[in-house]
Amino acid sequence: MQFSESIFAARFNIARGDLEGYLADALSQGGDYADLYFEYLLTSSIGIDESMVKSATQGVSMGVGVRVIAGGRTGYAYSDDLSPERIRKAARVAASIAAGPSTIEKFGLTDGPTHNLYPVLTAPTETAFLDRVELVKRADRAARAYDPRIFQVQAFYADSLRQVMVATSDGVLTIDRQPQARLNVAALARQDGGEPQRGQAGGGGRVALDFFLKEKTPEHFATEAAREAVVMLDAVEAPAGEMTVVLGPGWPGILLHEAVGHGLEADFNRKGVSAFTGRMGQKVASELCTVIDDGAIGSRRGSLNVDDEGRATQRNVLIEKGVLRGYLQDKLSSTLMRAEPTGSGRRESYAHIPMPRMTNTFMLAGESQPEDIIRSVPKGLYCVNFGGGQVDITSGNFVFSASESYLIEDGKLTRPVRNATLIGNGPEALKFVSMVGNDLRLDEGMGLCGKEGQSVPVGVGIPTIKIDRMTVGGTG
Amino acid sequence: MSENHLSELAGDVVKRALQAGASDAECTISEGDEFSANVRMRELENLKEAGSRGAGLRILIGKKTGASYTSDLSNEGIDHLVKSAIELADITTEDPHAGLPEPEELGALAGDLQLYSPDVEQLETALKIETARRAEEAALSADPRISNSEGASFDTHVGRQIFANSRGFAGEYRSTYCSLSAIPVARDGDSMERDYWYTIARGFAQLESPEEVGRTAAGRALRRLHAVKVDTQKVPVVFEPRTARTLLDNLFEAVHGMSIYRHESFLAGKLGEKVASENVTVADDGTMPGLFGTSPFDDEGVPSRRTVVIERGVLKSYLLNTYAARKLGMKTTGNAARGLTGNAGIGRGNFYMEKGVQTPEEIVAGIPNGFYVTELMGFGVNIVTGDYSRGAAGLWIRNGELAFPVSEVTIAGNLKDMLLGMEAVGSDLEFRGSVAAPTLKIGEMTVGGK
Repeated sequence: MQFSESIFAARFNIARGDLEGYLADALSQGGDYADLYFEYLLTSSIGIDESMVKSATQGVSMGVGVRVIAGGRTGYAYSDDLSPERIRKAARVAASIAAGPSTIEKFGLTDGPTHNLYPVLTAPTETAFLDRVELVKRADRAARAYDPRIFQVQAFYADSLRQVMVATSDGVLTIDRQPQARLNVAALARQDGGEPQRGQAGGGGRVALDFFLKEKTPEHFATEAAREAVVMLDAVEAPAGEMTVVLGPGWPGILLHEAVGHGLEADFNRKGVSAFTGRMGQKVASELCTVIDDGAIGSRRGSLNVDDEGRATQRNVLIEKGVLRGYLQDKLSSTLMRAEPTGSGRRESYAHIPMPRMTNTFMLAGESQPEDIIRSVPKGLYCVNFGGGQVDITSGNFVFSASESYLIEDGKLTRPVRNATLIGNGPEALKFVSMVGNDLRLDEGMGLCGKEGQSVPVGVGIPTIKIDRMTVGGTG
Repeated sequence: MSENHLSELAGDVVKRALQAGASDAECTISEGDEFSANVRMRELENLKEAGSRGAGLRILIGKKTGASYTSDLSNEGIDHLVKSAIELADITTEDPHAGLPEPEELGALAGDLQLYSPDVEQLETALKIETARRAEEAALSADPRISNSEGASFDTHVGRQIFANSRGFAGEYRSTYCSLSAIPVARDGDSMERDYWYTIARGFAQLESPEEVGRTAAGRALRRLHAVKVDTQKVPVVFEPRTARTLLDNLFEAVHGMSIYRHESFLAGKLGEKVASENVTVADDGTMPGLFGTSPFDDEGVPSRRTVVIERGVLKSYLLNTYAARKLGMKTTGNAARGLTGNAGIGRGNFYMEKGVQTPEEIVAGIPNGFYVTELMGFGVNIVTGDYSRGAAGLWIRNGELAFPVSEVTIAGNLKDMLLGMEAVGSDLEFRGSVAAPTLKIGEMTVGGK
């Protein structure tokens, strides 16, 4: 998209010269760098509960964030009013962190490189509500039809269309139009008046509405949620203590997000507070493990044409055959660490300061057959679905919570087990990976990552892997 | 826009919605200014300052609903807001229980709830930075093993909340808070650990001293050094107030009216039954002056109140908004909550467990072998079944004393058993947020380790 076609030029009458002026205001007190992040966000959502469409919302928000960096300091201010007076005021507030002559003299803006990862002509947010409401109604019907033991179904559809413009004192101007859509289904099953069990599924991406009609239908997610709820009716107590754990493909890649991803974000390593600090070039995983973070995969929930600092995203190797190879960088950390940027600067909105973040984090496929991996385990746990996870980046300890898993006994899957949290230590856990499957799969697109109060959409992926030793937090 | 303009605007939005065809409408406007100063390794790191506002509208046309929000409060922005909400009523379903509270249920608490302290708005930037700097300095100089830091942060927020509906309610209140936190990193040989401490209050004068915050945070990080993983075993588990509070978060989810009518909680259908040990009394109270969960009215315009949820182990009440109350054939407890838009959800006032008589030291002294939990990780709590399994760190209790640090373990049980097995409730209740609990002891849980 051209600058002149952007909503900021067309609707808010912002010219390139204006942006250059605001950047000059931001650097008027000194400083090494400044940027402007304009955002215009449309969102909508539809919810069904008890087979009634009980909620429907839509909204619009807009604003601009102004950042000034002076050495290791950051000044930040924002405005939800895009008038020149308000933007200038924000620029002056952000400028107050700097003191001294500016090192930058001119701000001629030229268009920066970008991708075209989500060429969606009509974003889901721009389609008729009557089409979108069908998605939750179909999900409700399909989940109920799956099994007579399903007695409650909720489906929630949400989409957004975010238009952004980043102008930097490095002279780069980028514009992006970022669609996002997601459908989630939760189902409750109960047998003979007994204790209910829940199942959940969901997904989406930076896609057109067609995705939910042709690729991943409401029936797909609904059936998954209902199946999980019904399976859990027979679940036994989860075991407790160290054992062999096999992770299924796809969403269990959340292991990588928690165990290594956060610990490799450059801000933590620049400050020396990550368990991975100073381990570059060292072995932190078994040689079967190669871990990638790639923000440039088409249509994925975690992908971006340009990151939230206006830099094109790219494929970054974090761990190569077990050896630590790279950090995820944003503008500030890459400057201070004199490292190459990696297109990983992200923020929740115009009201937030960018930080190094993950995009789509996954492990490359290995050579083992998934069936052989399970067959090789005399006694252990096979986990196929997870809730959320969390990490303490300083100690390196991380957890992730299994929502669907099975006992492995004599190389066979036997009983489903109740929810249990798995815990490990980041720089150690992947050293126990002894088999990696040939079945790499990315998740279906429902990840949301939180860091220092900011949430951003992310993706994960993993093939079937076997971890010889991990602590499982059951009761049995 | 002037102060009065925003109050009038909420009423005006409601009127415009009715003119556009709504049979009922409710409008929320919120306005806030935030400030944050972050100091790391004795240098100013981040300074952030800004304000924003937005309006949300929910309408009903008969028993069908629609909702919208905007950050554009211009005339055109409001036109669009009204049109957006009305349009959505077309796609929602007639819901016999949808609607606003009855007129006689509406109202606001009178008197000063001490939610606003003018000193927060008057603080000089230099003082705010200095306050953060002092907290970090106290942490860094507490011990040579505190060699690094994720910094200290001083934050303030000044907000204004306005609500009006078509049943004649119009109300607003202002609030402030400020907080100070420090995150030091302790290192000794191969062991590196961080921890944090914070203070939060409605006014600057009520904050704990920066030195106390820094020293407490440093002490917490230091005592985690050289933590070990213990063997898997079943033992008594003690939650310090900071982790005990998270059990109240879990309990809140379990008495949440929306989860109750959907049978999505292990406490659904248990009203009047014994669900916890006799030591347990839990209340939600949105009327306590100066506290963080206090407000004159909830997000549907119903006055805040005190609701006893569990009394000496017996489940007495769920927490309800108008919708959940109608679904259950009950009355709202004044717990409606929402952001700018959408149907009201359910929130808490000050949700807390009444304190007991034993000091934390007395509770620990009675345990020959157990686990004192200072940190919990992850989301392994299933409110439908009560299954509980979370990552944990803390101190091992040996012969009634905190003996050595433990990490990389899990604690697991079921919330039903945990509530019934609450053997001791401490005397150390204090509010550092809208959810609070004193030190708690649970008779037995599974610690997952080696």
